Amino acid sequence: MDNNFKQQLMGYMAGNFTCKEMAELVTDYLEGSLTLTQRIRFQMHMGLCLACRNYLSQMKYTVATLRQLPSDPIPPKIKEELLRRFQTWKKGKSS
Amino acid sequence: MSWCIWQWPSGLLCALAVPTLHETIQLDEAGLVQALQRGDEAVFSSVMDWYSGSLLRLAMAYVPSRAVAEEVVQETWMGVLEGIGRFEGRSSFKTWLFRILTNRAKTRGTRERRYEPLGLAGLNSEGEEGPSLEDTLFVTEGSGKGHWIDPPQGWDPDTPERALLSKECRMAIEAAIHGLPDKQRQVITLRDVEGMSSEEICNILDISETNQRVLLHRARTKVRRVLDPYVRGDNI
Repeated sequence: MDNNFKQQLMGYMAGNFTCKEMAELVTDYLEGSLTLTQRIRFQMHMGLCLACRNYLSQMKYTVATLRQLPSDPIPPKIKEELLRRFQTWKKGKSS
Repeated sequence: MSWCIWQWPSGLLCALAVPTLHETIQLDEAGLVQALQRGDEAVFSSVMDWYSGSLLRLAMAYVPSRAVAEEVVQETWMGVLEGIGRFEGRSSFKTWLFRILTNRAKTRGTRERRYEPLGLAGLNSEGEEGPSLEDTLFVTEGSGKGHWIDPPQGWDPDTPERALLSKECRMAIEAAIHGLPDKQRQVITLRDVEGMSSEEICNILDISETNQRVLLHRARTKVRRVLDPYVRGDNI
């Protein structure tokens, strides 16, 4: 699509939202906190702008990647110590 | 919820929804609290297994070393034993547990000079003002004003998972999180790494939803930037 025409169309349909403004709204969009009007304008911009669609996808994948970071368990010696303290606590509670 | 599906000899297909351990903990929280109050060691052991990794990760967002974070987690479980008798269920067990951790981690973090209480100066140092992306990434004049100078490219949908298999990439992400300002690090850890709801996070960290979203957006933007070369294959 011709770039000038695309920008004019985006300006008309998406209320002159620029890519810069869209990039700042990505988390609000993903968190579902945009108003209905903002959401429609955001989606219109996304529909017309491949670069912003790519940016949105990249942010989604960043979140998905973070969700898969493995967590380290606590060392067994700490768990053993806590279980010992639990037993002491239980004895103190029942006496 | 996971599904267990089987077929009777008559050909009838049956399906049964089986709750995962996490859902079981959420569904039967009252039972869990009562078991802990009764002194059920098996339940205490399971709950420790389930939550300690997440607690350790969040503790790391407050204190400078893993050793101190492990101590904070230990103190948190001791706090659970001290307080479980008085737990009234005004918040969820999970929120209560994480609040114990954040209180203890803040005390330790302040002592270890990692955590700075968030005052007005703190807000500025967290960089909550201004855009998350630099102006230089966008056209500043003419009809294309506000549009990308170097448009973001598509990432291969399978790549983030593959990228995580690389130890280097995992370490780069961990380092990026570690290098974030305190509040951004805490919010991204709870929201994206641990998958907590924004409501839970606001309760745990005592911040507004708007503030939480701003911090999250800034943190995600920085991690995305670190991830980019790995996903594009420059560093794999």
